[in-house]
Amino acid sequence: MASLKDLRGRINSVKSTRKITQAMKMVAAAKLRRAQAQAEAARPYAERMEKILASLGSAVANMPGAPRMLVGTGGDKVHLLVVVTADRGLAGPFNTQVGRLARARVRALEAEGKQVKILTVGRKGAAFLKREFASRVVAEVSYATKKRVGFEDAEAVALTIAEMLDQGGFDVCSLLYNRFRNVISQIPTEQRLIPAPLPEGNVTAAAGPQAQYEYEPTEEEILATLLPRNLAIQLYRAILESSAGEHGARMTAMDNATRNAGEMINKLTLNYNRTRQANITKELIEIISGAEAV
Amino acid sequence: MATFLLELVSPEKLLLSRQVEMTTLPAIEGEMGVLAGHAPMIVALKGGVIRVRENGAETEKLFVAGGFAEVSPERVTVLADEATPLPQLSRATSERKLAEAEAALATVAATDAPEKRDAALVRVLSAKAAVDAAEAA
Repeated sequence: MASLKDLRGRINSVKSTRKITQAMKMVAAAKLRRAQAQAEAARPYAERMEKILASLGSAVANMPGAPRMLVGTGGDKVHLLVVVTADRGLAGPFNTQVGRLARARVRALEAEGKQVKILTVGRKGAAFLKREFASRVVAEVSYATKKRVGFEDAEAVALTIAEMLDQGGFDVCSLLYNRFRNVISQIPTEQRLIPAPLPEGNVTAAAGPQAQYEYEPTEEEILATLLPRNLAIQLYRAILESSAGEHGARMTAMDNATRNAGEMINKLTLNYNRTRQANITKELIEIISGAEAV
Repeated sequence: MATFLLELVSPEKLLLSRQVEMTTLPAIEGEMGVLAGHAPMIVALKGGVIRVRENGAETEKLFVAGGFAEVSPERVTVLADEATPLPQLSRATSERKLAEAEAALATVAATDAPEKRDAALVRVLSAKAAVDAAEAA
């Protein structure tokens, strides 16, 4: 049985752990609010962009010589997976669940005989995937030193991807990230980036009789600048959602940890008091039986 | 006077969404004034100033570093790469950005990808427009 001193030490250490997890929960809650506001602020742009792209893209997609970013290279040999995770751990299953999804995808694609390349955003995903697929990781991006991720950061990643596409580095590009549904639930999601997913044919037909746009300059030229922007905005949105999700996940994880620490403290205190009482009883018995013997 | 809904969004936030009488956009092929009931069109924008007119007076001027605008009879949506209200545009920062853009152009010019050079050139021009706008303000 542990001595009283040991128990006291353990109670104190669990108490300080609880203080830390509580503080981390509070910090995560504050950061979550900020990340959510940022994600919300980015939404109108992404929505409008989607609308323009839908009306423009469906008009151009069937033409010969349509931009590669819209229709892809036509091949299906090399896949680029962009995996977005957090830079920090201690957020419950947040990082592993994306990592696991990515791992499953890589295995499935390679089983089909396709070549896979990986681009990671966030340190945790890089560490996870490098264990098994180090040779497939072509680039890593991390925002660990940044206080706030801005649009220009997403743009830089988009530029890397665009350059790879120009050099024929891949045929299909998908994005894997944690979609933020609510504070306690983040869903690992796969989204195709290139070729750009366009609304189905019937949607175009429905939009047909509606306004016919004039373009200045030409459709192709607008599309040539619009598509890289769209890529950047999709990435930006994923990064923001992922960062909101990260803080949400950490908040939940730390809440659980705080609760567990509380339970542990109760158990240890009970144990401590029982031991103390047993010690007193034992001493009393010793004194009484000593007195009787005299 | 007839009004239309003007929306100005940048990737980081929604800057403007209200009924206005007229707006002037820095389209790639020249400045373009838009009134209510304009024919639908999609235009690319270069770096320049967006002017907004309400109740017979010019109420707002914003600098955009490029982007797109979708014009329809009852609504104009501007997707700006970066938008700053003119009073907040600092001359020092825009001059620094211009210097950066020029440096970037100088390094790109050595390689031979014409798209890259074009993109860098567009950035320099837009930074120049920012400096001009900051000076005028």
